[in-house]
Amino acid sequence: MTAFTINGRKVDVAAEPDTPLLWVIREHLKLTGTKFGCGIALCGACTVHVDGAPVRSCQTLLQDVAGSQVTTIEGLSADASHPLQQAWIAEQVPQCGYCQSGQIMQAAALLASNPQPTREEIVEHMDGNICRCGTYGRIISAIERAAQEA
Amino acid sequence: MTKPFELRTTALSRRSFLLTVGGAGIAVAFGGLPSPALGAETAAAAAGGFKPNVWVTVGADGIVTIICPASEMGQGVMTSLPLLIAEDMDADWDKVRIVQAPSDAEKYGNPGFYGIQLTGGSETMRGYYQPLRLVGAQTRKIMLAIAASRLNVPAGELTTEPNRVVHTRSGRSLGYGEIAATGELPDPLPEATEADLKPIDRCRYIGRMDIGRIDVPAKVDGSARFGIDVELPDMLYGTVLRAPVPGEQPEAIDDAAARAVKGVTRIVPLSHGVGIIGESYDAARRARDLLEVTWSNSSRVRRYDSRRLAEAYRDAGRDLAQPGVAAHSEGDAVAAIAGAAHVIAADYVTDHVHHATMEPMNATALVAGDTVEVWAPTQGPTATQGFAAEAAGTTPDKVKVHTTLLGGGFGRRAEADFIIDAVSLAREVEGRPVKVIWSREDDVRHGKYRPLAAQHVEVGLNAAGNIVGWRHRVAADSIFARTMPEMFAGDGGLDTVVTDGTIFNYRVPTHLVEFIRQDNGRDVGFWRAVGYGQNNFGVECVIDEVAAAKGVDPVAFRLELLGDQPRAQKVVGAVAAMAEWERPRDGRALGLAYTDAFGAHCAQVAEVSLDRESGEIRVHNVWCVVDPGVAVQPLNIEAQVAGAIVHGASHALYEQINIVDGEVQESNFDTYRVMRMSEMPQIHVRVTPTPENKPAGIGEVGLPPTGPAIANAVARLTGGVRLRHYPFLPERVKAALGA
Repeated sequence: MTAFTINGRKVDVAAEPDTPLLWVIREHLKLTGTKFGCGIALCGACTVHVDGAPVRSCQTLLQDVAGSQVTTIEGLSADASHPLQQAWIAEQVPQCGYCQSGQIMQAAALLASNPQPTREEIVEHMDGNICRCGTYGRIISAIERAAQEA
Repeated sequence: MTKPFELRTTALSRRSFLLTVGGAGIAVAFGGLPSPALGAETAAAAAGGFKPNVWVTVGADGIVTIICPASEMGQGVMTSLPLLIAEDMDADWDKVRIVQAPSDAEKYGNPGFYGIQLTGGSETMRGYYQPLRLVGAQTRKIMLAIAASRLNVPAGELTTEPNRVVHTRSGRSLGYGEIAATGELPDPLPEATEADLKPIDRCRYIGRMDIGRIDVPAKVDGSARFGIDVELPDMLYGTVLRAPVPGEQPEAIDDAAARAVKGVTRIVPLSHGVGIIGESYDAARRARDLLEVTWSNSSRVRRYDSRRLAEAYRDAGRDLAQPGVAAHSEGDAVAAIAGAAHVIAADYVTDHVHHATMEPMNATALVAGDTVEVWAPTQGPTATQGFAAEAAGTTPDKVKVHTTLLGGGFGRRAEADFIIDAVSLAREVEGRPVKVIWSREDDVRHGKYRPLAAQHVEVGLNAAGNIVGWRHRVAADSIFARTMPEMFAGDGGLDTVVTDGTIFNYRVPTHLVEFIRQDNGRDVGFWRAVGYGQNNFGVECVIDEVAAAKGVDPVAFRLELLGDQPRAQKVVGAVAAMAEWERPRDGRALGLAYTDAFGAHCAQVAEVSLDRESGEIRVHNVWCVVDPGVAVQPLNIEAQVAGAIVHGASHALYEQINIVDGEVQESNFDTYRVMRMSEMPQIHVRVTPTPENKPAGIGEVGLPPTGPAIANAVARLTGGVRLRHYPFLPERVKAALGA
């Protein structure tokens, strides 16, 4: 059993310790907002926070998060009230939407450490997250909006 | 997938479309409920409400539940289609809830697409626009008729406000909820005709900039449910180790180690691979990596070498002695070119490209006796019924498909290979649902790529420099030969979806388009914009080549050739002005391209620079003007077109599937490169609606012009160096510069 905290809730998971955190989150804990995209940390769809830092959950093992605080998109806010979530709606960012949980979690980590990022800083920070619908322009606008309104 | 369909819509008359009343199956809560607004209580309320037709349910509380008949894959139809009904029934948009249609082509099939449920070809808005607005108008007339009898006034004295029938003279009114509470359908039902539709300038919702997409809130908090998120009681997980080369089969399977993995339930030999069923995806995935399989060695696809075939296809296009099937013939282009003073000839090649939807292929199936249920992110519920039935040994009517949200489609999810996987495995464990998930490597290696294609274009000019003949030969594998064999045969071996984009509205006196079919055994498929995506590259670059040979400005040249096409002229002129076409740029150049794909008119200008040492192209800006006809959701049109420009630039610059000895060389996003944020140009899209025209398809039209605009810009930057092979890899650019 591996114990950690997810979205403020203590959990004890019976999966193999070397199970990717992604599948623990999705299948054992039934939090499906975190997405499987590539499995090898190339696309960012599975991004969650571990002790506040953005990580790719597909390349993080269950044993790596023992005792840690994990936050997923479901725990970013209780009611979609995080400034980024509100900005994502205001800018109408999502198309298919599949990558957007990871995009928002990645962006949230940026604003937590750098509340007023420049455009260049945004692009550098977000470059590991692929959006196949090509919503990059609106993602940048939404991050800028959230930074302004925060 | 485009041209012939309008003609066949008579199969489903407006009458049958409108008046199939009282059927079951409305408001079925589907596998992926995309937002809290679409939750169980919505379905429950709708189930008991007042049903003027199979599309609309009105609750006593005034909640209006509307069916979305098409697949939501990012293009916004879950909002834009119900909006059409809401518009003409005068529903209060805030009270509208949307439910995904069940698989039921008779009720919900696209009249613009053979009456089946298949979302693709940019046919959704085009096919459903008029019928759904008529459904709305008919619903409104039903509300009026009931209110007239309740208020005891002539229906002609009544008007509607959102969700309310009003009798202005007496000051009385009835809410739609009140009508629904005790309403009985009038007999006969009032009919709606085009005359009952609101004029565009009186529409409340169509054309509004401030109506957001219904699916957006659920896509920012993790609650949106895609196919991969389906959860069912007693569900098992599956994956399939596919043969490395299509057509091969497992000959010997050593599964001792795989079986020993904890949580593995079953190993299933399949015709195209080996399936693994487990208690978790992780267990299935681990077991799969331990399988030792000896594959057959007889598939003809083993001879497939994409680099060699690209050369062979180019030769086939060039070799005018090789006959093709005529896709279009106007005048005698061959004679005109033979007698021309100058001939400009060029070959354009486009490599295979892959969809790489962010959500890898997946599906969930439950087989019980002769019935099958499928939960899947599919573009084609109707086809899914057929393929699932075949895989389960039953009939399509016994298959129920729950369409979930799609994490991208782009044509890949019009296929059924992932459906067949799920049904094949579910059959082994009858009574328990199985969710099959492909790895990203499966997804990339076992794609249904856009065909490898070569185009040979010849243009004849007379002594005055005017075009006298245009000949366009497309050599490529066929998509329709596999996916629509009857139509392909009926058209005499012509694949119109592969030649799409060759027939244009530039005015040329003679025009011949030929399809020279290649067949090397590998499945090819529909990729966003399909033929337009490749053929617009050839057409728009050759237009620039001709302009350069004549020494005229390519914008002025296009405006001249589009003399009788005012909508086309407007977007070309507008985008040139937007980009400040005449203003020289230091170290950068502009290129323009135009398309009339999918009923729209779309022109783009790309601004590029080039690192001659590395061969790397940088696209700094893309300006775009698009005329969609009626703009149902202008903000979404802008988003679709901007996204398609990213997609178009990505495939023109980076995307490439290489196949050697039948095996795909790419496997994930490290080798199959797609555009990232830092590589994206600044994109400026202007939507210029022309409400007097029908709405165009808008999910794909932004893609085709981006590549040729980039190539044309590079030519203008370099004094005429032409890039004629997608993608414009640095080594290809350097080779072109050195040539």
